[in-house]
Amino acid sequence: MQKEIIIAGFGGQGVLFAGQLLAYAAMEYGKETTWIPSYGPEMRGGTANCTVIVSDEEIGSPVVRFPAGVIALNLPSLDKYEPLVSPGGVLVVNQSMINRGVTRSDILNVVIPASEIAEGIGDKRMTNMVLLGGLLANLPVLPLEALEQAIREHTPERHKRLIPLNIQALREGAAFLAQKV
Amino acid sequence: MARQLMKGNEAVAEAAVRAGLQSYFGYPITPQTELLEYLSRRMPEIGRPFVQAESELGAINMVYGAACTGARVMTSSSSPGISLMMEGLSYIAGTEVPVVIVNVMRGGPGLGNISPAQSDYTQMVHGGGHGDYHVIVLAPSTVQESVDLTVLAFDLAEKYRSIVAILTDGSIGQMMEPCEMPPMQPLKTEFPAWAATGAAGRERNVLSSIYLNVNEEEKANLRMMRRWLEVEANEVRFREYYTEDAKFLVVGFGSAGRVALSAVRAARAEGIPVGLLRPITLAPFPKKQLEELSKRVEGILVVEMNGGQMLDDVRLITSGRTPIEFFARLGGVMPLPDELLEEIRRLAKGPLTTEGDPRTRWLARMG
Repeated sequence: MQKEIIIAGFGGQGVLFAGQLLAYAAMEYGKETTWIPSYGPEMRGGTANCTVIVSDEEIGSPVVRFPAGVIALNLPSLDKYEPLVSPGGVLVVNQSMINRGVTRSDILNVVIPASEIAEGIGDKRMTNMVLLGGLLANLPVLPLEALEQAIREHTPERHKRLIPLNIQALREGAAFLAQKV
Repeated sequence: MARQLMKGNEAVAEAAVRAGLQSYFGYPITPQTELLEYLSRRMPEIGRPFVQAESELGAINMVYGAACTGARVMTSSSSPGISLMMEGLSYIAGTEVPVVIVNVMRGGPGLGNISPAQSDYTQMVHGGGHGDYHVIVLAPSTVQESVDLTVLAFDLAEKYRSIVAILTDGSIGQMMEPCEMPPMQPLKTEFPAWAATGAAGRERNVLSSIYLNVNEEEKANLRMMRRWLEVEANEVRFREYYTEDAKFLVVGFGSAGRVALSAVRAARAEGIPVGLLRPITLAPFPKKQLEELSKRVEGILVVEMNGGQMLDDVRLITSGRTPIEFFARLGGVMPLPDELLEEIRRLAKGPLTTEGDPRTRWLARMG
Protein backbone atom coordinates (compact mmCIF):
# COMPACT_ATOMS: atom_id res chain seq x y z
CA MET A 1 0.00 0.00 0.00
CA GLN A 2 1.27 3.44 -0.89
CA LYS A 3 -0.66 6.71 -0.77
CA GLU A 4 0.61 10.07 -1.96
CA ILE A 5 -0.94 13.26 -0.61
CA ILE A 6 -0.40 16.82 -1.74
CA ILE A 7 -1.41 19.65 0.59
CA ALA A 8 -1.49 23.02 -1.13
CA GLY A 9 -2.43 26.58 -0.21
CA PHE A 10 -1.05 30.00 0.57
CA GLY A 11 2.02 30.42 2.74
CA GLY A 12 0.87 30.85 6.34
CA GLN A 13 -2.10 28.47 6.08
CA GLY A 14 -0.18 25.73 7.85
CA VAL A 15 0.31 23.62 4.75
CA LEU A 16 3.83 22.45 5.57
CA PHE A 17 3.03 21.77 9.22
CA ALA A 18 -0.08 19.74 8.37
CA GLY A 19 2.08 17.62 6.08
CA GLN A 20 4.71 17.16 8.76
CA LEU A 21 2.08 16.03 11.27
CA LEU A 22 0.88 13.47 8.75
CA ALA A 23 4.46 12.26 8.29
CA TYR A 24 5.04 12.05 12.06
CA ALA A 25 1.80 10.10 12.46
CA ALA A 26 2.80 7.73 9.66
CA MET A 27 6.24 7.12 11.14
CA GLU A 28 4.90 6.50 14.62
CA TYR A 29 2.24 4.18 13.19
CA GLY A 30 5.09 2.08 11.76
CA LYS A 31 4.85 3.18 8.13
CA GLU A 32 7.49 4.45 5.78
CA THR A 33 6.99 8.11 4.94
CA THR A 34 8.51 10.98 3.00
CA TRP A 35 7.65 14.67 3.40
CA ILE A 36 8.94 17.06 0.80
CA PRO A 37 8.11 20.75 0.49
CA SER A 38 7.44 22.31 -2.85
CA TYR A 39 10.72 23.38 -3.90
CA GLY A 40 11.24 25.55 -6.93
CA PRO A 41 9.75 28.51 -8.74
CA GLU A 42 6.22 27.85 -7.42
CA MET A 43 7.46 28.88 -3.98
CA ARG A 44 7.60 32.44 -5.16
CA GLY A 45 3.95 32.80 -6.17
CA GLY A 46 2.94 33.01 -2.52
CA THR A 47 1.72 29.41 -2.68
CA ALA A 48 3.10 26.63 -0.53
CA ASN A 49 2.67 22.94 -0.93
CA CYS A 50 4.12 19.69 0.22
CA THR A 51 3.91 16.06 -0.75
CA VAL A 52 3.59 13.35 1.87
CA ILE A 53 3.96 9.71 0.91
CA VAL A 54 2.86 6.96 3.28
CA SER A 55 3.83 3.43 2.40
CA ASP A 56 4.37 -0.09 3.69
CA GLU A 57 7.63 -0.49 1.77
CA GLU A 58 10.73 1.52 0.85
CA ILE A 59 9.52 4.71 -0.81
CA GLY A 60 10.73 5.39 -4.33
CA SER A 61 10.00 8.77 -5.82
CA PRO A 62 9.39 11.58 -3.31
CA VAL A 63 7.36 13.42 -5.95
CA VAL A 64 4.35 12.25 -7.95
CA ARG A 65 2.30 13.69 -10.76
CA PHE A 66 -0.93 11.93 -9.86
CA PRO A 67 -1.47 11.89 -6.07
CA ALA A 68 -4.08 9.69 -4.34
CA GLY A 69 -5.17 12.61 -2.18
CA VAL A 70 -5.13 16.39 -2.44
CA ILE A 71 -6.05 19.05 0.09
CA ALA A 72 -6.64 22.37 -1.67
CA LEU A 73 -6.77 25.31 0.72
CA ASN A 74 -7.25 27.97 -1.94
CA LEU A 75 -8.38 28.46 -5.53
CA PRO A 76 -4.96 28.38 -7.26
CA SER A 77 -4.30 25.05 -5.55
CA LEU A 78 -7.65 23.63 -6.65
CA ASP A 79 -7.05 24.81 -10.22
CA LYS A 80 -3.63 23.21 -10.26
CA TYR A 81 -4.32 19.89 -8.55
CA GLU A 82 -7.94 19.01 -9.35
CA PRO A 83 -6.98 17.59 -12.76
CA LEU A 84 -4.11 15.59 -11.25
CA VAL A 85 -5.86 13.59 -8.49
CA SER A 86 -5.54 9.97 -9.54
CA PRO A 87 -8.88 8.39 -10.55
CA GLY A 88 -10.65 7.06 -7.48
CA GLY A 89 -8.61 9.42 -5.29
CA VAL A 90 -9.80 12.03 -2.82
CA LEU A 91 -9.96 15.80 -3.27
CA VAL A 92 -10.56 17.83 -0.12
CA VAL A 93 -11.53 21.43 -0.76
CA ASN A 94 -11.62 24.38 1.60
CA GLN A 95 -15.00 25.78 0.56
CA SER A 96 -14.47 28.90 2.69
CA MET A 97 -11.74 30.13 0.37
CA ILE A 98 -12.91 28.75 -2.97
CA ASN A 99 -15.85 30.16 -4.87
CA ARG A 100 -16.30 27.38 -7.39
CA GLY A 101 -17.48 23.81 -7.37
CA VAL A 102 -15.47 20.72 -8.20
CA THR A 103 -15.94 19.27 -11.67
CA ARG A 104 -14.27 15.84 -11.52
CA SER A 105 -16.72 12.96 -11.21
CA ASP A 106 -14.20 10.09 -11.08
CA ILE A 107 -12.81 11.04 -7.68
CA LEU A 108 -14.24 11.55 -4.20
CA ASN A 109 -14.89 15.23 -3.55
CA VAL A 110 -14.95 16.38 0.04
CA VAL A 111 -16.06 19.97 0.29
CA ILE A 112 -15.67 21.52 3.73
CA PRO A 113 -16.26 25.10 4.95
CA ALA A 114 -13.06 24.55 6.87
CA SER A 115 -12.05 28.11 7.73
CA GLU A 116 -15.52 28.79 9.17
CA ILE A 117 -15.43 25.59 11.20
CA ALA A 118 -11.96 26.48 12.49
CA GLU A 119 -13.16 29.95 13.45
CA GLY A 120 -16.13 28.40 15.20
CA ILE A 121 -13.76 26.24 17.24
CA GLY A 122 -11.78 29.32 18.14
CA ASP A 123 -8.96 29.95 15.70
CA LYS A 124 -8.88 30.22 11.92
CA ARG A 125 -5.36 28.82 11.93
CA MET A 126 -6.84 25.36 12.58
CA THR A 127 -8.30 25.25 9.06
CA ASN A 128 -5.50 22.87 8.09
CA MET A 129 -6.51 20.39 10.80
CA VAL A 130 -10.17 20.44 9.75
CA LEU A 131 -9.14 19.59 6.19
CA LEU A 132 -6.68 16.92 7.32
CA GLY A 133 -9.52 15.29 9.25
CA GLY A 134 -11.61 15.41 6.08
CA LEU A 135 -8.85 13.69 4.13
CA LEU A 136 -8.29 10.90 6.63
CA ALA A 137 -12.00 10.13 6.88
CA ASN A 138 -12.15 9.54 3.14
CA LEU A 139 -8.73 8.20 2.16
CA PRO A 140 -7.63 5.03 3.95
CA VAL A 141 -4.11 6.03 4.86
CA LEU A 142 -3.93 6.26 8.66
CA PRO A 143 -6.47 6.08 11.49
CA LEU A 144 -7.55 9.43 12.92
CA GLU A 145 -6.14 8.39 16.31
CA ALA A 146 -2.62 8.26 14.82
CA LEU A 147 -2.98 11.92 13.82
CA GLU A 148 -4.40 12.86 17.22
CA GLN A 149 -1.36 11.29 18.86
CA ALA A 150 0.96 13.20 16.49
CA ILE A 151 -0.81 16.46 17.37
CA ARG A 152 -0.25 15.75 21.05
CA GLU A 153 3.43 14.97 20.58
CA HIS A 154 4.57 17.33 17.88
CA THR A 155 2.74 20.60 18.45
CA PRO A 156 5.42 23.21 19.19
CA GLU A 157 5.71 24.26 22.82
CA ARG A 158 4.27 27.75 22.24
CA HIS A 159 1.06 26.28 20.80
CA LYS A 160 0.53 23.49 23.35
CA ARG A 161 -2.69 25.05 24.64
CA LEU A 162 -4.20 24.56 21.19
CA ILE A 163 -3.83 20.75 21.27
CA PRO A 164 -7.41 19.96 22.37
CA LEU A 165 -8.79 22.47 19.86
CA ASN A 166 -6.66 21.03 17.05
CA ILE A 167 -7.96 17.56 17.86
CA GLN A 168 -11.50 18.89 17.86
CA ALA A 169 -10.82 20.52 14.47
CA LEU A 170 -9.50 17.23 13.10
CA ARG A 171 -12.61 15.38 14.32
CA GLU A 172 -15.06 17.94 12.96
CA GLY A 173 -13.36 17.72 9.59
CA ALA A 174 -13.57 13.95 9.72
CA ALA A 175 -17.35 14.20 9.90
CA PHE A 176 -17.43 15.24 6.24
CA LEU A 177 -17.81 12.23 4.02
CA ALA A 178 -17.39 12.45 0.28
CA GLN A 179 -20.35 13.30 -1.87
CA LYS A 180 -20.85 10.27 -4.05
CA VAL A 181 -21.03 11.37 -7.66
CA MET B 1 17.02 3.75 19.06
CA ALA B 2 13.62 5.06 17.98
CA ARG B 3 13.23 6.46 14.50
CA GLN B 4 13.04 10.23 14.23
CA LEU B 5 11.68 12.34 11.41
CA MET B 6 14.52 14.47 10.10
CA LYS B 7 15.36 16.72 7.22
CA GLY B 8 18.14 15.26 5.05
CA ASN B 9 20.55 18.13 5.61
CA GLU B 10 20.09 18.09 9.39
CA ALA B 11 20.36 14.30 9.49
CA VAL B 12 23.76 14.47 7.78
CA ALA B 13 24.86 17.10 10.30
CA GLU B 14 23.76 15.08 13.33
CA ALA B 15 25.25 11.88 11.90
CA ALA B 16 28.58 13.68 11.45
CA VAL B 17 28.47 14.86 15.08
CA ARG B 18 27.82 11.30 16.21
CA ALA B 19 30.59 9.97 13.99
CA GLY B 20 33.00 12.14 15.96
CA LEU B 21 33.20 15.30 13.84
CA GLN B 22 35.79 17.39 15.66
CA SER B 23 35.58 20.62 13.74
CA TYR B 24 33.44 22.01 10.95
CA PHE B 25 34.20 24.85 8.57
CA GLY B 26 31.70 26.09 6.02
CA TYR B 27 29.92 28.88 4.25
CA PRO B 28 26.14 29.11 3.69
CA ILE B 29 24.53 28.30 0.36
CA THR B 30 21.07 26.99 -0.54
CA PRO B 31 19.99 24.15 -0.61
CA GLN B 32 22.65 23.10 1.88
CA THR B 33 22.28 25.82 4.52
CA GLU B 34 20.30 23.78 7.11
CA LEU B 35 23.35 21.55 7.48
CA LEU B 36 25.59 24.46 8.43
CA GLU B 37 22.86 26.10 10.50
CA TYR B 38 22.28 22.91 12.47
CA LEU B 39 25.98 22.55 13.21
CA SER B 40 26.28 26.21 14.22
CA ARG B 41 23.95 25.31 17.10
CA ARG B 42 25.02 21.77 17.79
CA MET B 43 28.82 22.01 17.72
CA PRO B 44 29.21 24.79 20.34
CA GLU B 45 26.62 22.99 22.50
CA ILE B 46 29.04 20.07 22.84
CA GLY B 47 32.18 22.19 22.95
CA ARG B 48 33.42 21.53 19.42
CA PRO B 49 34.57 24.20 16.97
CA PHE B 50 32.19 25.47 14.31
CA VAL B 51 33.58 28.13 12.02
CA GLN B 52 31.64 30.05 9.41
CA ALA B 53 34.48 31.03 7.13
CA GLU B 54 34.63 34.23 5.10
CA SER B 55 34.17 32.23 1.89
CA GLU B 56 34.25 28.71 0.48
CA LEU B 57 37.97 29.19 -0.21
CA GLY B 58 38.51 29.99 3.43
CA ALA B 59 36.42 27.03 4.54
CA ILE B 60 38.19 24.42 2.42
CA ASN B 61 41.63 25.63 3.45
CA MET B 62 40.64 25.61 7.12
CA VAL B 63 39.46 22.04 6.60
CA TYR B 64 42.81 21.27 4.95
CA GLY B 65 44.75 22.60 7.92
CA ALA B 66 42.57 20.87 10.50
CA ALA B 67 42.77 17.57 8.58
CA CYS B 68 46.57 17.72 8.84
CA THR B 69 46.22 17.27 12.60
CA GLY B 70 44.43 13.95 12.02
CA ALA B 71 41.13 15.30 13.37
CA ARG B 72 37.76 14.31 11.92
CA VAL B 73 36.80 17.34 9.85
CA MET B 74 34.10 18.22 7.38
CA THR B 75 32.77 20.96 5.17
CA SER B 76 29.60 21.19 3.14
CA SER B 77 28.33 23.32 0.31
CA SER B 78 26.29 23.25 -2.87
CA SER B 79 27.45 23.19 -6.47
CA PRO B 80 28.78 26.75 -7.03
CA GLY B 81 30.42 26.67 -3.60
CA ILE B 82 32.00 23.30 -4.32
CA SER B 83 33.49 24.72 -7.53
CA LEU B 84 35.18 27.38 -5.42
CA MET B 85 36.71 24.66 -3.26
CA MET B 86 38.36 22.76 -6.09
CA GLU B 87 41.87 24.13 -5.65
CA GLY B 88 41.79 23.25 -1.96
CA LEU B 89 40.47 19.78 -2.71
CA SER B 90 43.36 19.11 -5.05
CA TYR B 91 45.83 20.21 -2.37
CA ILE B 92 44.09 17.99 0.20
CA ALA B 93 44.25 15.04 -2.21
CA GLY B 94 47.92 15.75 -2.90
CA THR B 95 48.69 15.90 0.82
CA GLU B 96 46.83 12.61 1.41
CA VAL B 97 44.82 13.78 4.40
CA PRO B 98 41.30 12.58 5.23
CA VAL B 99 38.46 15.04 4.63
CA VAL B 100 34.70 14.63 4.30
CA ILE B 101 32.83 17.05 2.05
CA VAL B 102 29.11 17.19 1.38
CA ASN B 103 27.81 18.53 -1.92
CA VAL B 104 24.06 19.19 -1.89
CA MET B 105 23.77 19.62 -5.65
CA ARG B 106 21.60 22.25 -7.33
CA GLY B 107 20.75 23.24 -10.89
CA GLY B 108 23.54 24.78 -12.97
CA PRO B 109 25.93 25.60 -14.57
CA GLY B 110 26.87 28.95 -13.11
CA LEU B 111 24.62 30.32 -10.40
CA GLY B 112 21.81 28.18 -11.80
CA ASN B 113 19.05 27.74 -9.25
CA ILE B 114 18.32 26.13 -5.89
CA SER B 115 16.45 23.07 -7.17
CA PRO B 116 17.80 19.52 -7.09
CA ALA B 117 20.17 18.35 -9.83
CA GLN B 118 22.91 15.77 -10.36
CA SER B 119 25.09 17.76 -12.67
CA ASP B 120 28.22 17.63 -10.50
CA TYR B 121 28.71 13.90 -11.15
CA THR B 122 31.65 14.41 -13.47
CA GLN B 123 33.16 17.10 -11.27
CA MET B 124 33.13 14.86 -8.20
CA VAL B 125 33.71 11.45 -9.77
CA HIS B 126 36.30 12.38 -12.40
CA GLY B 127 38.20 15.13 -10.71
CA GLY B 128 37.34 18.81 -10.64
CA GLY B 129 40.64 19.90 -9.19
CA HIS B 130 43.89 19.54 -11.06
CA GLY B 131 46.23 16.60 -10.95
CA ASP B 132 45.90 12.82 -10.72
CA TYR B 133 43.67 11.97 -7.80
CA HIS B 134 40.53 10.11 -6.90
CA VAL B 135 37.75 10.98 -4.50
CA ILE B 136 35.50 8.37 -2.92
CA VAL B 137 31.99 9.50 -3.87
CA LEU B 138 28.94 8.29 -1.94
CA ALA B 139 25.44 8.93 -3.31
CA PRO B 140 22.59 8.48 -0.82
CA SER B 141 19.00 8.35 -2.01
CA THR B 142 17.14 8.56 1.29
CA VAL B 143 17.57 10.34 4.61
CA GLN B 144 18.52 7.07 6.34
CA GLU B 145 21.13 6.36 3.70
CA SER B 146 22.45 9.92 4.13
CA VAL B 147 22.97 9.16 7.81
CA ASP B 148 24.61 5.79 7.23
CA LEU B 149 26.90 7.07 4.49
CA THR B 150 27.98 10.06 6.57
CA VAL B 151 29.28 7.72 9.25
CA LEU B 152 30.93 5.54 6.63
CA ALA B 153 32.49 8.60 4.98
CA PHE B 154 34.62 9.40 8.04
CA ASP B 155 35.81 5.81 8.35
CA LEU B 156 36.71 5.55 4.67
CA ALA B 157 38.44 8.93 4.66
CA GLU B 158 40.72 7.81 7.47
CA LYS B 159 41.23 4.29 6.18
CA TYR B 160 42.42 5.50 2.77
CA ARG B 161 43.73 8.98 3.69
CA SER B 162 41.27 10.19 1.10
CA ILE B 163 38.67 12.82 0.39
CA VAL B 164 35.20 11.32 0.69
CA ALA B 165 32.41 13.27 -0.95
CA ILE B 166 28.78 12.76 -0.05
CA LEU B 167 26.98 13.68 -3.23
CA THR B 168 23.38 14.49 -2.48
CA ASP B 169 20.91 17.06 -3.81
CA GLY B 170 18.33 19.64 -2.86
CA SER B 171 15.57 17.05 -2.83
CA ILE B 172 17.23 14.65 -0.38
CA GLY B 173 18.56 17.60 1.63
CA GLN B 174 15.14 19.22 2.07
CA MET B 175 12.93 16.17 2.51
CA MET B 176 11.98 14.72 5.89
CA GLU B 177 12.05 10.97 6.42
CA PRO B 178 12.27 8.66 9.41
CA CYS B 179 15.82 7.73 10.28
CA GLU B 180 17.69 5.98 13.00
CA MET B 181 20.76 7.79 14.28
CA PRO B 182 23.95 5.93 15.13
CA PRO B 183 25.15 6.00 18.74
CA MET B 184 27.38 8.90 19.78
CA GLN B 185 31.01 7.94 19.22
CA PRO B 186 33.60 9.34 21.59
CA LEU B 187 35.99 11.85 20.05
CA LYS B 188 39.29 10.46 18.83
CA THR B 189 42.09 10.63 21.35
CA GLU B 190 44.70 8.84 19.27
CA PHE B 191 45.97 10.28 16.04
CA PRO B 192 47.77 8.65 13.14
CA ALA B 193 51.57 8.68 12.99
CA TRP B 194 51.59 11.00 9.96
CA ALA B 195 49.54 13.74 11.68
CA ALA B 196 50.87 17.12 12.78
CA THR B 197 50.29 16.67 16.49
CA GLY B 198 53.30 18.49 17.92
CA ALA B 199 56.74 17.03 17.31
CA ALA B 200 57.94 16.79 20.90
CA GLY B 201 60.33 13.86 21.14
CA ARG B 202 60.01 12.79 17.53
CA GLU B 203 60.96 13.89 14.06
CA ARG B 204 58.75 16.52 12.46
CA ASN B 205 55.90 15.38 10.20
CA VAL B 206 55.84 17.47 7.05
CA LEU B 207 52.46 17.53 5.32
CA SER B 208 52.43 19.16 1.91
CA SER B 209 51.38 18.61 -1.67
CA ILE B 210 54.61 20.01 -3.05
CA TYR B 211 57.17 17.58 -4.48
CA LEU B 212 59.77 19.55 -6.40
CA ASN B 213 61.70 16.36 -6.99
CA VAL B 214 59.79 14.74 -9.85
CA ASN B 215 60.77 11.24 -8.77
CA GLU B 216 59.27 11.87 -5.35
CA GLU B 217 56.12 13.24 -6.97
CA GLU B 218 55.86 10.16 -9.16
CA LYS B 219 56.27 7.98 -6.10
CA ALA B 220 53.45 9.85 -4.37
CA ASN B 221 51.26 9.53 -7.47
CA LEU B 222 51.92 5.80 -7.71
CA ARG B 223 51.14 5.38 -4.01
CA MET B 224 47.81 7.12 -4.48
CA MET B 225 47.00 5.10 -7.61
CA ARG B 226 47.73 1.81 -5.80
CA ARG B 227 45.62 2.94 -2.86
CA TRP B 228 42.77 3.60 -5.27
CA LEU B 229 43.01 0.02 -6.53
CA GLU B 230 42.42 -1.08 -2.95
CA VAL B 231 39.41 1.23 -2.73
CA GLU B 232 38.05 -0.27 -5.96
CA ALA B 233 38.59 -3.79 -4.65
CA ASN B 234 37.00 -3.25 -1.24
CA GLU B 235 34.54 -0.40 -1.18
CA VAL B 236 32.03 -0.82 -4.01
CA ARG B 237 28.47 -0.43 -2.80
CA PHE B 238 25.16 -0.59 -4.69
CA ARG B 239 21.54 -1.70 -4.40
CA GLU B 240 19.78 -3.98 -6.83
CA TYR B 241 16.01 -4.14 -7.12
CA TYR B 242 14.09 -6.83 -9.05
CA THR B 243 17.15 -7.81 -11.10
CA GLU B 244 16.98 -11.63 -10.62
CA ASP B 245 14.79 -12.23 -13.66
CA ALA B 246 15.16 -8.82 -15.33
CA LYS B 247 15.31 -8.56 -19.12
CA PHE B 248 15.70 -4.82 -18.90
CA LEU B 249 17.74 -2.74 -16.52
CA VAL B 250 17.46 0.82 -15.28
CA VAL B 251 20.61 2.43 -13.87
CA GLY B 252 20.25 5.56 -11.75
CA PHE B 253 21.73 7.00 -8.55
CA GLY B 254 20.50 9.23 -5.74
CA SER B 255 17.21 11.02 -6.43
CA ALA B 256 16.97 9.78 -10.02
CA GLY B 257 17.56 6.26 -8.71
CA ARG B 258 14.68 6.43 -6.28
CA VAL B 259 12.30 7.98 -8.80
CA ALA B 260 13.33 5.10 -11.08
CA LEU B 261 12.40 2.63 -8.33
CA SER B 262 8.79 3.86 -8.45
CA ALA B 263 8.78 3.56 -12.24
CA VAL B 264 10.31 0.07 -12.14
CA ARG B 265 7.63 -1.10 -9.70
CA ALA B 266 4.90 0.37 -11.92
CA ALA B 267 6.43 -1.33 -14.97
CA ARG B 268 6.62 -4.64 -13.08
CA ALA B 269 2.91 -4.26 -12.29
CA GLU B 270 2.34 -4.07 -16.06
CA GLY B 271 4.35 -7.26 -16.54
CA ILE B 272 7.56 -5.69 -17.87
CA PRO B 273 10.53 -7.66 -16.47
CA VAL B 274 12.67 -4.71 -15.49
CA GLY B 275 15.14 -4.25 -12.64
CA LEU B 276 17.11 -1.38 -11.15
CA LEU B 277 20.78 -0.98 -10.33
CA ARG B 278 21.34 1.96 -8.00
CA PRO B 279 25.04 2.67 -7.51
CA ILE B 280 25.71 3.93 -3.97
CA THR B 281 29.43 4.44 -4.50
CA LEU B 282 29.79 6.45 -7.70
CA ALA B 283 33.52 6.18 -7.20
CA PRO B 284 34.45 3.38 -7.01
CA PHE B 285 31.65 2.60 -9.49
CA PRO B 286 30.00 -0.85 -9.32
CA LYS B 287 31.69 -1.83 -12.58
CA LYS B 288 31.67 -5.59 -12.14
CA GLN B 289 28.01 -5.69 -11.18
CA LEU B 290 26.99 -3.55 -14.13
CA GLU B 291 29.16 -5.59 -16.47
CA GLU B 292 27.53 -8.82 -15.33
CA LEU B 293 24.01 -7.41 -15.52
CA SER B 294 24.71 -5.97 -18.97
CA LYS B 295 25.46 -9.48 -20.23
CA ARG B 296 22.10 -10.75 -18.94
CA VAL B 297 19.72 -8.01 -20.05
CA GLU B 298 18.40 -7.03 -23.47
CA GLY B 299 18.53 -3.30 -22.90
CA ILE B 300 19.58 -0.67 -20.37
CA LEU B 301 17.98 2.68 -19.54
CA VAL B 302 20.25 5.20 -17.83
CA VAL B 303 18.36 7.85 -15.86
CA GLU B 304 20.02 10.98 -14.50
CA MET B 305 19.38 14.59 -13.55
CA ASN B 306 22.24 15.74 -15.76
CA GLY B 307 23.11 15.52 -19.43
CA GLY B 308 24.46 11.96 -19.32
CA GLN B 309 27.54 12.25 -17.14
CA MET B 310 27.15 8.75 -15.67
CA LEU B 311 25.89 7.53 -19.05
CA ASP B 312 29.42 7.86 -20.39
CA ASP B 313 30.73 5.59 -17.62
CA VAL B 314 27.95 3.06 -18.23
CA ARG B 315 28.80 2.98 -21.94
CA LEU B 316 32.47 2.46 -21.17
CA ILE B 317 31.76 -0.37 -18.74
CA THR B 318 29.30 -2.16 -21.03
CA SER B 319 31.65 -1.78 -24.06
CA GLY B 320 28.85 -1.46 -26.57
CA ARG B 321 27.56 -4.99 -25.97
CA THR B 322 24.15 -3.95 -24.67
CA PRO B 323 21.69 -1.51 -26.24
CA ILE B 324 21.45 1.61 -24.08
CA GLU B 325 18.84 4.35 -23.93
CA PHE B 326 19.05 7.52 -21.88
CA PHE B 327 16.60 9.82 -20.15
CA ALA B 328 17.23 12.93 -18.07
CA ARG B 329 15.64 16.08 -16.77
CA LEU B 330 17.98 19.00 -16.37
CA GLY B 331 18.46 22.34 -14.71
CA GLY B 332 16.75 21.55 -11.40
CA VAL B 333 13.76 19.60 -12.78
CA MET B 334 13.06 16.29 -11.06
CA PRO B 335 11.89 13.52 -13.38
CA LEU B 336 8.49 12.11 -12.39
CA PRO B 337 7.76 8.40 -12.07
CA ASP B 338 5.23 8.44 -14.93
CA GLU B 339 7.84 9.92 -17.31
CA LEU B 340 10.28 7.16 -16.43
CA LEU B 341 7.56 4.51 -16.74
CA GLU B 342 6.95 5.75 -20.28
CA GLU B 343 10.70 5.41 -20.99
CA ILE B 344 10.74 1.86 -19.61
CA ARG B 345 7.74 0.95 -21.79
CA ARG B 346 9.56 2.37 -24.79
CA LEU B 347 12.69 0.39 -23.93
CA ALA B 348 10.72 -2.86 -23.55
CA LYS B 349 8.86 -2.28 -26.82
CA GLY B 350 12.05 -1.64 -28.80
CA PRO B 351 13.56 -1.60 -31.33
CA LEU B 352 16.84 -1.72 -29.43
CA THR B 353 20.16 -0.82 -30.92
CA THR B 354 23.81 -0.64 -29.99
CA GLU B 355 24.33 1.87 -32.81
CA GLY B 356 24.49 5.62 -32.39
CA ASP B 357 24.48 7.76 -29.25
CA PRO B 358 21.65 7.35 -26.72
CA ARG B 359 22.11 11.00 -25.79
CA THR B 360 21.33 12.14 -29.33
CA ARG B 361 18.13 10.07 -29.38
CA TRP B 362 17.06 11.46 -25.98
CA LEU B 363 17.67 15.04 -27.11
CA ALA B 364 15.56 14.42 -30.19
CA ARG B 365 12.73 13.12 -27.97
CA MET B 366 12.99 16.15 -25.67
CA GLY B 367 12.05 18.32 -28.69
